[in-house]
Amino acid sequence: MAKNVKVYSTSTCPWCIRVKQFLKDNNIVFEDFDVGANPEKADEMVKVSGQMGVPVLDIEGEIIVGFDKDRIKQSLGL
Amino acid sequence: MKLYDLIIIGAGPAGITAAVYAARKKMDFLVLTGDIGGQAAWSGDIENYTGYQFISGPELAQKFEEHMRKYDVPVKEKEEVIEIRKLEKDILVKTLRGEYQSKTVIIASGKRSKELGVPGEKEFKNKGLTYCATCDGPLFAGKDVAIIGGGNSALDAALQLIKIARKVYIINNTLNLGGDLIMRQKVESAENTVIKNNSQVSAVLGDKLVEKIRVVSQGREEEISVQGIFVEVGLIPNSGFIKDVEKNSHGEIKINSYNETSIPGIFAAGDVTDVPQKQIIIAAGEGSKASLGAFNYLSRN
Repeated sequence: MAKNVKVYSTSTCPWCIRVKQFLKDNNIVFEDFDVGANPEKADEMVKVSGQMGVPVLDIEGEIIVGFDKDRIKQSLGL
Repeated sequence: MKLYDLIIIGAGPAGITAAVYAARKKMDFLVLTGDIGGQAAWSGDIENYTGYQFISGPELAQKFEEHMRKYDVPVKEKEEVIEIRKLEKDILVKTLRGEYQSKTVIIASGKRSKELGVPGEKEFKNKGLTYCATCDGPLFAGKDVAIIGGGNSALDAALQLIKIARKVYIINNTLNLGGDLIMRQKVESAENTVIKNNSQVSAVLGDKLVEKIRVVSQGREEEISVQGIFVEVGLIPNSGFIKDVEKNSHGEIKINSYNETSIPGIFAAGDVTDVPQKQIIIAAGEGSKASLGAFNYLSRN
């Protein structure tokens, strides 16, 4: 079954754009939270990742900070 | 080991443009880079790249990448170059992942952000302290932030944050802000901005996240409450991996008008070089010159 994927991002960050494109290219369905526009989600991101850099991925509870292609692939079994 | 015609180090505006030219000249080449887009990808609004009256840094970087990908350019990402050395005739390029040999090399490795070197900086990196206003700026909507620096990159960060943050402190260690007049005027006329010239940050303080900075102004010390710190104190060239080439006192690689370095077969382009103006359009132009230079070198040798 497909894993539950969340992306915390801002509208301007180049790595966020790229990480989302990567997920789309691999037909991964994900929820996208714009933490610049949504302070609640920004707080949630800081809480789960312990830091404030974007993007942050939450793949079924596994937190990945940044566009770490290798870890994302491994986590999603790509 | 395979011998390439050309290896391009870096994929910012200079490296990508060099790659487009190399592809069109049908050279057998490779691009080794950490990321794609370079500093251009981190820029805010760009209004001086001819052909685009207005474009954001990430969008322009995306366009550069698309242009390069159109030619099926072989790009290896996440490659950190650790050494470049001229052998008898060819050139050895060592990365953390492997070794490559080529007849020519273009160094287009750009620059990276300089650090403040104060207590708390490392601990609070990505915990309120960032070197990329474009990426992390939106997280600080409605908050108080400090920008450290007084040049164009600091003004660029300030212009992004003035629109969204509650209060923007600019901590600048010179007597007046530098940078372009048009940007400076916009920053100076913003109502939510406090400019502290002749001031230095001496520490970053907080618990789990940034809470304060300590600032020294003419011998007087104060603490300012901020949730975000944007470090924009300038850049240093990524030229440490090549030892034998001539560099200037800033560590920039010296080149002539053909983009040749002091080592035959090794060319350089963009912000890593001693070309005085650092602009996206100049880096791109220099990349094309370097590629043509390498092509001519190959046909001569």
